[in-house]
Amino acid sequence: MIGLQHYLTLSAMLFVLSIAGIVINRRNLILLLMCIELMLLAVNFNFIAFSRYLGDDTGQVFVFFILTVAAAEAAIGLAILVVLFRNRRSINVQELNTMKG
Amino acid sequence: MYSYYLIIVLAPLAAAIVAGLFGRQIGRAGSHWITILAVGLSCAFSCLVLRNMFWGGAESENISVYTWAVTDGLNMEVGFLVDRLTALMMAVVTFVSLMVHVYTIGYMHDDPGYQRFFSYISLFTFSMLMLVMSNNFLQLFFGWEAVGLMSYLLIGFWFKRENAIFANLKAFLVNRLGDFGFILGISGIVMFTGSLDYAEVFARADSVAAQNIEVFSGTPWNAMTVICVLLFMGAMGKSAQAPLHVWLPDSMAGPTPISALIHAATMVTAGIFMVARMSPLFELSATALAVVIVIGAITAFFTGLLGIVQNDIKRVIAYSTLSQLGYMTVALGASAYGAAIFHLMTHAFFKSLLFLAAGSVIIALHHEQDIRKMGGLRKYMPITYWTALIGSLALIGFPGSSGFFSKDLLIEAVKESHWHGQGAVYWIAYLSVLLGVFVTALYSFRMFFLVFHGEERTDAKTRSHIHESPWVVTVPLVVLAVPSAIIGWITVEPILFDGFFGDAIVVRQGIDVLAHLKETIWHGSFALFLHAVQTPVFWLAAAGAFTAWFLYLKRPDIPATIKARFSGLYNLLDRKYYMDDLYIKGFAAGGRSIGNALWQKGDQLVIDGIIVNGTANSIGKLAGVMRQIQTGYLYTYAFAMIIGLTMLLSWLIWFR
Repeated sequence: MIGLQHYLTLSAMLFVLSIAGIVINRRNLILLLMCIELMLLAVNFNFIAFSRYLGDDTGQVFVFFILTVAAAEAAIGLAILVVLFRNRRSINVQELNTMKG
Repeated sequence: MYSYYLIIVLAPLAAAIVAGLFGRQIGRAGSHWITILAVGLSCAFSCLVLRNMFWGGAESENISVYTWAVTDGLNMEVGFLVDRLTALMMAVVTFVSLMVHVYTIGYMHDDPGYQRFFSYISLFTFSMLMLVMSNNFLQLFFGWEAVGLMSYLLIGFWFKRENAIFANLKAFLVNRLGDFGFILGISGIVMFTGSLDYAEVFARADSVAAQNIEVFSGTPWNAMTVICVLLFMGAMGKSAQAPLHVWLPDSMAGPTPISALIHAATMVTAGIFMVARMSPLFELSATALAVVIVIGAITAFFTGLLGIVQNDIKRVIAYSTLSQLGYMTVALGASAYGAAIFHLMTHAFFKSLLFLAAGSVIIALHHEQDIRKMGGLRKYMPITYWTALIGSLALIGFPGSSGFFSKDLLIEAVKESHWHGQGAVYWIAYLSVLLGVFVTALYSFRMFFLVFHGEERTDAKTRSHIHESPWVVTVPLVVLAVPSAIIGWITVEPILFDGFFGDAIVVRQGIDVLAHLKETIWHGSFALFLHAVQTPVFWLAAAGAFTAWFLYLKRPDIPATIKARFSGLYNLLDRKYYMDDLYIKGFAAGGRSIGNALWQKGDQLVIDGIIVNGTANSIGKLAGVMRQIQTGYLYTYAFAMIIGLTMLLSWLIWFR
C-alpha cells in the first residue's frame, strides 16, 4: 500500500533534485526555468498528498491556482528569455553575470 | 570748558583724517601743517586747562558727552573726566606730541610715507587724549587699545623691513597678553559694581573690597586684589614691566620720533597713569600694591643693567625707559602716586629729548645706530651735544635738573613708604631704586661718552658729511631741553606736596608717604638742591658717571677685558636674561608646535584621517569585502535564497 510518506518522499526527492538542478546547472537558462517548474510540481505533490490524507479538498484547489500561476510564469520567463537571447546571443548561465560586484 | 575739551580731542582726529585720507591732495607741506596746527591747538588749550587748574583754581569736571549704548542698566558713554591729574597728562602728551610733530618734518624729510606718518601720530595723539580724559572704563579701554594699535602701525611704519614687522607683531602680541588681564579686570569691576563710570566705581570700592571671589573654587581671594592685579597686568603690558617688557626694546625698529613720543613719553606711561587714576581701588588692596612695587623694582634694576651692554643707541635709551618706568611703578606701589606722576612728567620731557637727540645723531650719520661707530660728535653737532647732555643729566638726576627732583623724591618716598619694616618687599624695592641710580648713570654716560666724546670711530666718508641737523630738528631739542632742565624747580612743590592732584588721587590714611615726606624732609626745592650732596643718590649717580668716564674715555681697554673675564655674565646681559629666547623659543615656538601638533595630529590625523576619511575608507573596505559575495550568477542567488529559507524554517521549527 502506498502511504503518505511515500508521496512526501517522492515530493522531497523532486524538490531536492530541482534545487540541485538550479545550483549545478551552469549552461542553459531554460533548464533553470524547468527546474523551477519542477520545484512547483514537487510542492503540488505535497498539497495533493495532504489533501487526500486529510480529506480536505482545499489543497487541490490550491494546486490549480499554482499550475495557473506556473503557466503564466513560464510564459513570462520564456518571453524574457527570448528577449535576453536577442540581446546577448546567448542563454548560457555562466555568462550572465552582469550583476557581479 | 566743554567745547575746549571737545576741540582738544577732536582737532588731532580731524587732522589725522585729513592727512590720512587726503594726504595726496594736500601734499607733504599741507599734511604737516594741518596736523601741527591741530596738535598745537590741542596743546594750547590743554595748557590753558592746566593753567586754570593750577592757578585759576578750576574745579575738576566730569562730563558725559554721549551715551552710545545702554544695556541692562550698564551705561556705555563717551565722557570726559578732567581733573588735575588729567590736565597734567593732557598738557604733557600734547606738548611732547607737538614737539615730535615739528621734529618729524626734519626726520622723515625724505620718506615716501610722509603724510601717512603725520596722520598716524596725530591719530595717536587723539587716542592718547581719549585715554587720559576718559571718565569711564570702556573709553579707557578704547584709548588703551587705540594707542596700542597706533603703536603697532608706527613700529611697523617701514613695513618693508623684516625686523620692523617682527617688532610690531611682537609688541602687539605682548600687549595682548597684558590687555587680556586688563579687560578681565574691567569685567571684574562691572561684575562687582555694575558700573563702568569711574565716580560710581570708586564710590562702591569699599563694598568690593569687602567681598571675596573664588576664581578657583575653594580658594577665596579678595575681589579688590584680583581686580587690581588684573588691571595691573594691563599696565605691565602697556608700560612694559617685567616680564612683559620684551616688546619695548624691539619697538625701536620704528622711526625715532615714534620712539620718543610713544615709547618713551606718552603711551608707555599710560599704565602708570592708569594705576594712579585707579588709586582709590589700588589703595584698598595691600597685596596688589605689593605686586606693583615688586614688579616695578625688578624692572627698574634689571632692565637698567641691560642698557649697559647694548650697542644700538636707541636700544640703550629704550632700556633706560624701561628702567625709569620701573621707577614710576615702584612709586605707585609705595602709594606715592604723586611722585610717580611727577617722574612721569619729567621723564616725558628728558626722555623724549634724549630720543630726539639720538635721532638727530642718527640723521647726521645717515641712519647709523651703532654707538661703536660713533664718537667725537661733539664738535660737529653742538646743539645736539648740549641738549643730549641736559637730557642725560636729567636722567641720572643731576642736582637741579628736573630728573633730580622727581627721582630723588621718588627714592625718598620709597625709603619712607609704609613698606618700611615689612621685610623683603621693602628691601627689594629700595635697593633696586637705589642701585638703579648707579646703573642709570653708568649706561647714560657710557652712551653719551661713546657718542659725543673720545676718538672718532666714524668712517672717513661719513665724517665728511656730518653736520648739525636742520632747525626743525634742533628747535624741538632746545624746547624740550628747557623743561628737562628747569621744570623741577617750579613744579615739585605744588605737585608733590601741595596736594595739586586733590581728589584725583586717593591715598589711604596712614600710608600717605608724600604727606610724611612733607613733614620730615621737605624744606623747599632749594633746600633739597643743597641737600643733594648728602644723599646716597647723588654719590651713586656721580659714581656711575665717573665709572662710565673711566671705562669708556680714560681706559677704553678695560670694558673688553671685563667682557672677556665675565663672559658668562656678559652673555646673560647680552641675551637679555634669555627673556626673548623664553618668549620666542619657549612660548611662541611652543605655541606654534602645539598648534602644529593639533593641526597635524588632531585635525589631519584624527578628524580628517580617522573620523571623516576613516569612515568613508572603512565603509569602502567593507564593501570591497562584501562585493566578493556578489558573483552575478543566478544560481548563487538562488542557492543563497534556499539556504536562507532553510535557516528561517529551521529557526521557526526548532527555536520557536
